[in-house]
Amino acid sequence: MASARNRVLPGFGLTLGFAILYLSLLVLLPLSALFLRTASLSLADFAAAVASPRALAAYRLSFGASFAAAAVNAVFGLVLAWVLVRYRFPGRELVDAFVDLPFALPTAVAGITLTTLLAPNGWVGQRLQPLGIEAAYTPLGVTLALTFIGVPFVVRTVQPVLEDLEVEAEEAAASLGAGRLQTFRRVLLPTLWPALVTGSALAFARALGEYGSVVFISGNMPLRTEIVPLLIVTKLEQYDYAGATAIASVMLVASFALLFAINSLQAVGRRRLTGAGSEH
Amino acid sequence: MTAAALDRPATAAPRVRAALQDPPLVRTALIAVALGFVGLFLLLPLVAVFTEALSAGVGAYFAAISEPIARKAIELTLLVAAISVPANAVFGVAAAWAIARFEFRGKRLLVTLIDLPFAVSPVISGLVFVLLFGAQGWFGPWLAAHGVRIIFAVPGIVLATTFITFPFVARELIPLMQEQGAEEEEAALSLGASGWQMFRRVTLPNIRFGLLYGVVLLNARAMGEFGAVSVVSGHIRGVTNTMPLHVEILYNEYQSAAAFAVASLLALLALVTLVAKRALEWRMRRETGS
Repeated sequence: MASARNRVLPGFGLTLGFAILYLSLLVLLPLSALFLRTASLSLADFAAAVASPRALAAYRLSFGASFAAAAVNAVFGLVLAWVLVRYRFPGRELVDAFVDLPFALPTAVAGITLTTLLAPNGWVGQRLQPLGIEAAYTPLGVTLALTFIGVPFVVRTVQPVLEDLEVEAEEAAASLGAGRLQTFRRVLLPTLWPALVTGSALAFARALGEYGSVVFISGNMPLRTEIVPLLIVTKLEQYDYAGATAIASVMLVASFALLFAINSLQAVGRRRLTGAGSEH
Repeated sequence: MTAAALDRPATAAPRVRAALQDPPLVRTALIAVALGFVGLFLLLPLVAVFTEALSAGVGAYFAAISEPIARKAIELTLLVAAISVPANAVFGVAAAWAIARFEFRGKRLLVTLIDLPFAVSPVISGLVFVLLFGAQGWFGPWLAAHGVRIIFAVPGIVLATTFITFPFVARELIPLMQEQGAEEEEAALSLGASGWQMFRRVTLPNIRFGLLYGVVLLNARAMGEFGAVSVVSGHIRGVTNTMPLHVEILYNEYQSAAAFAVASLLALLALVTLVAKRALEWRMRRETGS
């Protein structure tokens, strides 16, 4: 099966065999258990589990808060990437390294910290309260936690595209008489667009499944501040395996659809970047 | 590089330069927005972790991180990482070798499947193992009859953690090895090296920083994982509690200072991870640059 070019290299059968065996046992077998379990439910049971008012409220919160968090990150992530690539200021390297903090900080730590900050007597919460804003134990708190964990995604997808961008295109636009804003809108934004959407979609996908940073701040009130992953855990703790499995399979299909969409988007982005000169 | 090009004294007309550079006011405003966002969303929480951890005094801090149950949690976290990290590193190297060095049917599918665990919610990553090995699971009755516990025990925690951290090393090494090409390895073989010698003397030195990079990220996630581990652990104090789960228990018992004390260790791990990641990125850029 190996190509003629690399027939001299050893270890193809061994490494591929091991990789496939390990992948199958650790990832594919467990995931297929979930789908087979779901398939063994009767349609009525499945529908009752995935379309109960409590489940519907959880989908609404999870999708809504994840979308809001991804939108916030799209705006601030673009600004951050722009500032980090285009400007030089003291502490830039430090800020750049710091952007990855949400990747490195365990979610439970983020969860208790954000809750403590946003609680009515917390550093931030006590300043919000006079304004009539309640963050802890509300959908707003859920959104803020999801914003925190999504920070690196947009920055890290837009940053490399911005770094690779040819100045010539901007120079051409400028010498043809375009103003700064026009150059940004007509030249920069079209090139950055796929990366921006990809980064936001990655942040959205991550937020959908997020658990640790949200459970502390959400207050976990059914129908109001219960996210889907928490609903799955609650069902498990009540030994409702069928219900947990059904809802999990819905979420999994949504995640895989997102993954597929993101992969396609990235392919578009690559094509756009390599063919940027010849496109228009 | 781009910024340097933009900063150079423009020989072009001032109007063109104005179109290439952001007005000073915009520049200042954007930097302020970026720094404000980072300060509020990233720096403030990090500062809060350490402030809260020390809020009951240094004595209470050290008491909280050295009491027996906390120690057990630290030990378990290290044990789980000591299994998951090497297992996924070996897998990552093997998968990257097969994918980056050979052409075969289904390669793209394999690459996609390797990324799959990143798309799965941590909670679901735990759930799938409950469905396999739990009391009501496929292998549950057989395991119970033979006195083997996986769920609500350490093996379950190891499995869930390994699942969650599965792609880290592979997705780092595949593009790296594809870029490097096989010339050096082929040369080593033609000079009479055995496969193993080639791997140790050529492949491993070439990929060492990329491998280490993947391992650093993998380790951070393995030690910090909460959702997946929470589902399979059963929260038995001193037995199946990892550090993040111990933080949760303390926090829910209103022992805030103790919870943040243990959390501060995890935050330190995160900081070390960020520094190591940066240093490795710098090394790798220098290596490809030269």
